[in-house]
Amino acid sequence: MSEQQVDRGRRNILVWTSAVGAVGGVATLVPFVASMSPSERAKAAGAPVEVDISKLEPGGRVIVEWRGKPVWVIRRTPEMLASLASVEAELADPKSERKPDEFTPAYARNQYRSIKPEVLVVVGICTHLGCSPTEKFRSGGESGLGDAWRGGFLCPCHGSTFDLAGRVFKNKPAPDNLPVPPHMYLSDTRLLIGEDKKGA
Amino acid sequence: MTTQNQGLLAWIDARFPLTATIRAHLTEYYAPKNFNFWYFFGSLALMVLVLQIVTGIFLVMHYKPDASLNASGVPVAFASVEYIMREVNWGWLIRYLHSTGASAFFIVVYLHMLRGFLYGSYHKPRELVWIFGVLIFLCLMAEAFFGYLLPWGQMSYWGAQVIVNLFSAIPWVGEPLSIWIRGDYVIGDATLNRFFSFHVIAIPLVLIGLVAAHLVALHEVGSNNPDGVEIKKKVDPKTGKPLDGIPFHPYYTVKDIFGVVVFLMFFCAVVFFGPEFGGYFLEYNNFIPADPLKTPPHIAPVWYFTPFYSILRANTVNFFYVDAKLWGVIFMGLAVVVFFFLPWLDKSPVKSIRYRGPIYKTALVIFVICFAVLGYLGILPPTPERTLTAQICTILYFAFFLLMPIYTRLDRCKTPPERVTFDH
Amino acid sequence: MKKLIVSSLLVVGMWLPGAGLTSGPELKLDRAPTEKFSDVLSLQRGAKIFVNYCLNCHSASYYRYNRLRDIGLSDEQIKDNLLFTADKVGDLMRVAMARQDAAAWFGAAPPDLGLIARSRSSEFGSGADWLYTYLRTFYRDPSRPTGWNNLVFENVGMPHVLWELQGDLALHLDKSKDAYGNPVDHKTLQLAKPGKLNQSEYDSLVGDLVAFLVYMGEPVAVSRKSIGIGVILFLSVLAVFTYLLKREYWKDIH
Repeated sequence: MSEQQVDRGRRNILVWTSAVGAVGGVATLVPFVASMSPSERAKAAGAPVEVDISKLEPGGRVIVEWRGKPVWVIRRTPEMLASLASVEAELADPKSERKPDEFTPAYARNQYRSIKPEVLVVVGICTHLGCSPTEKFRSGGESGLGDAWRGGFLCPCHGSTFDLAGRVFKNKPAPDNLPVPPHMYLSDTRLLIGEDKKGA
Repeated sequence: MTTQNQGLLAWIDARFPLTATIRAHLTEYYAPKNFNFWYFFGSLALMVLVLQIVTGIFLVMHYKPDASLNASGVPVAFASVEYIMREVNWGWLIRYLHSTGASAFFIVVYLHMLRGFLYGSYHKPRELVWIFGVLIFLCLMAEAFFGYLLPWGQMSYWGAQVIVNLFSAIPWVGEPLSIWIRGDYVIGDATLNRFFSFHVIAIPLVLIGLVAAHLVALHEVGSNNPDGVEIKKKVDPKTGKPLDGIPFHPYYTVKDIFGVVVFLMFFCAVVFFGPEFGGYFLEYNNFIPADPLKTPPHIAPVWYFTPFYSILRANTVNFFYVDAKLWGVIFMGLAVVVFFFLPWLDKSPVKSIRYRGPIYKTALVIFVICFAVLGYLGILPPTPERTLTAQICTILYFAFFLLMPIYTRLDRCKTPPERVTFDH
Repeated sequence: MKKLIVSSLLVVGMWLPGAGLTSGPELKLDRAPTEKFSDVLSLQRGAKIFVNYCLNCHSASYYRYNRLRDIGLSDEQIKDNLLFTADKVGDLMRVAMARQDAAAWFGAAPPDLGLIARSRSSEFGSGADWLYTYLRTFYRDPSRPTGWNNLVFENVGMPHVLWELQGDLALHLDKSKDAYGNPVDHKTLQLAKPGKLNQSEYDSLVGDLVAFLVYMGEPVAVSRKSIGIGVILFLSVLAVFTYLLKREYWKDIH
């Protein structure tokens, strides 16, 4: 038996053992890495939320919690809907074209940013640094935002303003419109937030 | 190897003794070539320590040391363990690895210690290796005791209650001392939080330091072996290397890896097919949340504490103006402390059991049997017959140590060989 | 003649040679039908009984409704048939009853049942055996506030919830002496008034419920074992390789 042959045999067994051992090592990592991803509790808290909007008045708003975030459901009046077209020139992204996959699902890429024109569903978290904007539905001087104000939202942290479709005004700190979460209608008055037909 | 690699290694070696450390502890650390089965348990203990630390780190991410009740009336700590078992991805596996690992640690360490008794591993010049080892064992008992409270089940609670109350047996300071340890008049939230702190930070830090000291001391004097022959006495005149020594790496690394894999087969069989291990690794009553108003009908410590627990219970007589309860505590303490003195109690001229006479062999067998019987009795509720058995075993336990200077001198030993015996 | 099922030996004596791990009285438990534990239909029936009869007072607060998918139920089935105490399938099985009220009504708040099958294990039998016996040995006892007592859980606080199904049982005491001369009470139960189910139907129903309680004690138990088989097989392969590696190196050592 020559020196060379011995070495080759030893190298083979070393490589094979290391390979099998490495498979075991990686398989051992899986549970530890996976244990840090959201648990069943987190998933249950992040499950889609059902909202009954039959009692929602025109001009009214309900706030529901979905994945720990406030989701606003607003039934807009005809006047509110009319305001949307009038402010378009002052908006940063009036057609919601920026990062549409992230901020505006296909069924909300319309002039009202909603499935039903009057019912707006948006995540009430400012896209600047994550504060929740306050509602400023009244228009004109009463709002405290000047006579030209047509109704919308004001972020108290850094003064970003949004219109009644959650679209951000130009020259404000917030870069993007308020995101529209995935949602769908289970019936005329029952809304499911967190899941849409694409996923079902 | 490429020149670049050598360059990097040279760069590091100029600043940190990397190559020198690897040589001193692995590639040029010469271990006797005749290690047998008993020599697996040191490396296994190290592996279990790593396993406990890693699984512990991941458990702490989800566990909550909080004794208050949640909306369903379950203590938060207890519920967080069940949360890990059911809701955290693979949490059940990590928890079972940790709970089985605790018992495995003691199995491995008890066998490792028995190896020391068999081959006289505590003899000169390895006294400090042994003393560091006993300190590790003490730390391990503390670690296990503190950790056992954390699931906040009935056995956790009442076990801690009984052990902490042992301190109240100490005269004068006992009662305030036990209140100080609990931080409350009963085992409570304060106790749970401090035990958590000890279990995850304080004791592990000390433990790792002691393990390092144990290994450094061992590598300074070199390993003993089943023949008790000092391999450093017979060196190759040309190279200066021990004739009966082989480099730890690769020979003992490949051997120990095989040992680890075989151990893992047994270990995983328990983890996956019987993590409760018949109620010994996870006690059934510990699936009931801690209830300060209701003691379970029978409480026993976890199996690895039961030999010492039996010694605690064995003394039922007041003598020397000291009551039985305090003597029990003293005897239990001495049962561990006596290990420290072993290197000086054993007067035998030879180390290994292979060359010792019949007296030591008999004494060791009796000692091991007593230890096992005490362990078994500690699981059972006491009866007069069992208490008597425990008393006899306790006396024999201490006689093994205290009479050792006499009987090891009387023993008729054989002459150990010059070189180790090695069957290929 | 309808004679019942269970007889239990309660030993009245101070010391019993070779008694087990607990100092309590010896229990003679019937063996739970373990074949039901892996039967999905049994588990589904058990879940339904649990939700209808147990969950009114007992919580299972570590368990989410949607985990019932484990035993082959869809979210829709859960929502339509089983979701009485919560709004969402992702909710935990909690009870509406306040704990203080419960403690006042029953003497103690009804325990959470999530782990009952694990905690009731003892040297006398598995937790399943205990539950299977317990749920079948309630008997009429006018001296108790609820009017019920139990063979394996003396002076139990819970009334016999499944009474309409099982019927009324009455206790019969026979006094005798055991081999050591100690007095022994031989307790048997006899059916006094039949319920809606006959004996085997009732046993089967309790078996289903116990199967569900066992499953709920550790929902991961089934997959744990199947993963374990894979792990052991893998380690066997690795053991062969590491052994060959060890032998390869050690052939140089003489």
